[in-house]
Amino acid sequence: MAGQVATGSRRGLRSALPLLLPAYLWLTVAIFLPLSAMVFFSFMTELPLSGKAWSFTLDNYASFFSQPLYLTLLAASLRLGLEVTLWCVVIGYPAAYVLAKVLRGRSREAIFLLVILPFWSNGLVRIFSWAMVLREGGILDTALNAVLPFKINIDLMYSYPAVIIGLVHSYVPYMVLTCYLTLQAIDDSLIEAGRSLGASRLQMLKRVIIPLSMPGLVAGAALIFVPVVGSFMEPRILGGRTGTFYGTIIEDQFVAVFNWPLGAALSFILLAVVLVILALASPVLRRAA
Amino acid sequence: MAGVQVANLSRSFGAHKALDDVSIDFADGGFYALLGPSGSGKTTLLRQIAGFDFPDSGRIAIGGESVERVPVEKRRIGMVFQNYALFPNMSVADNVGFGLSVRGQAKAAIESEVLRALDLVQLGKLGARRPHQLSGGQRQRVALARAIVTKPRVLLLDEPLGALDKALRVDMQIELKRIQREIGITTIFVTHDQEEALTMSDRIGILRDGRLVQEGPPEEIYDRPKSEFAATFLGDANIFRGETTGTGIRLPDGTAIAAGAGATLAAGARASCAVRPERIRIGTDSGTSDPNANMLRGQISKRIFAGNSSTYFVDRDGQTLKVIVQNTGVEKLAEGQKVVLHWSPESTVLIAAG
Repeated sequence: MAGQVATGSRRGLRSALPLLLPAYLWLTVAIFLPLSAMVFFSFMTELPLSGKAWSFTLDNYASFFSQPLYLTLLAASLRLGLEVTLWCVVIGYPAAYVLAKVLRGRSREAIFLLVILPFWSNGLVRIFSWAMVLREGGILDTALNAVLPFKINIDLMYSYPAVIIGLVHSYVPYMVLTCYLTLQAIDDSLIEAGRSLGASRLQMLKRVIIPLSMPGLVAGAALIFVPVVGSFMEPRILGGRTGTFYGTIIEDQFVAVFNWPLGAALSFILLAVVLVILALASPVLRRAA
Repeated sequence: MAGVQVANLSRSFGAHKALDDVSIDFADGGFYALLGPSGSGKTTLLRQIAGFDFPDSGRIAIGGESVERVPVEKRRIGMVFQNYALFPNMSVADNVGFGLSVRGQAKAAIESEVLRALDLVQLGKLGARRPHQLSGGQRQRVALARAIVTKPRVLLLDEPLGALDKALRVDMQIELKRIQREIGITTIFVTHDQEEALTMSDRIGILRDGRLVQEGPPEEIYDRPKSEFAATFLGDANIFRGETTGTGIRLPDGTAIAAGAGATLAAGARASCAVRPERIRIGTDSGTSDPNANMLRGQISKRIFAGNSSTYFVDRDGQTLKVIVQNTGVEKLAEGQKVVLHWSPESTVLIAAG
């Protein structure tokens, strides 16, 4: 019996191989090889271009620990990731709840479309439209002054809030989608059962709905936190001088300073830190999920 | 505990009248079955009593208190759902204790109440399990324990046994009835299974297209159906249609059928007679000395053997009649055989044409 099951699953793997192969081939070529090259770069003194002499070194990693700026920026980026993730929960979860449990039919489709619209627009276009909205004399400023009886000055451009706004806008659909999927899987009769037992809406949310949608919250948080910590486009364009983060420093190494080895080393430190954070959080998250 | 009064209740969804002027009095401590085909409004009625949905017009009172605008969480009802609706993120004990803990009761009190409720449904040792580790019958019991632990005024059951297999369903019917007697709670039970309704309830309400067709004790509805629908939906019935003679009907071919029960109708009106298949005697000769007995001749077209009984389908003047006979080992009638059917007028119910 056990032998049969084993041969059965082996045969299953063999027949599945042609299906798996393209994906793994692609992953190997597109991710593993460049990443390996980057690991290699991160231990070099110079890029081996135009015949420059180079040798192996740990200096790139050491400079992260010797210069407090990097640590400060990493902390700022982690905080940014945390804040953006929190805002995405605050904004995305209620929207997902309404989509999954309140709206039906046509209106649900329409609202859904609005939620995933940011996915379909170019990231740069999205960010520059925010610049139009947030700057002094921009759309928000003009609109508010047209409505309000007193004069106010709204200039959010090149500020930390602008970075948050831009990032939340880019990433909130992930939270809506992952939460929507888990919320929709919750049987309506569970909510009715809870109400028939005398639970208020808040009690239902706290004790049944949020625990059951935890997998969606966790997945959404992971999908948002990781890229936001390494983000550079939104901080640079919307944050201006205040928008210097760990991600922008890495970008500088690659495109401005042309110090690829240091950029690669800083990237892998970030990767390690993020992995450690996810690993530390995973027992907590698994219990919650 | 409390009785439930429903008066002139109506509810429409768009153009569809889900409930149309329904009035029923559910007596305190009674076991009441709402029976009807799907779409008859029985579940809508239950959800109105529960408070998941409010009526367009009419009154609902629980224990004499008007509740038609009171939301479900304030009605103090217990409800068991068809799919059990147990919280998958909680243990069995936490599921059962949920209603008590949202009311802010002390932990120790909740624990002892939960144990009592689990003992009542004979699941005393399974409190630590998760719902997905239980069988269908066990989940059903947990759902029941969860619904009654808060001492609700009414217990509402929405096709609670529908997902169980036949043998388990019969066990649960007995169990449910025992528990209901033990705590004496007013119970309203929605089902489309007529056998379930007959065996379990003190009273049955039959619904069709949002209207209450007939309401009363099971024996009364079974023996004195007031419509063809009630006669055929609750149990099997042979229906004869013709013109009433006041005490029976005359079939189109002139045969008279005498009825001993049912409506009083003016002679000449269209009417039907209903006879239960098990009330009809079948034989090769008349075999009765009763001069008043109804008698028809026919030919057996089919015989279905069902162990303790046999069902004969007898063709007679374009109509197929159903006769159920206990298998006593005496009668041996074959398909194709010419037979005589007879039954007493007392077993015949006169029904006004619907």
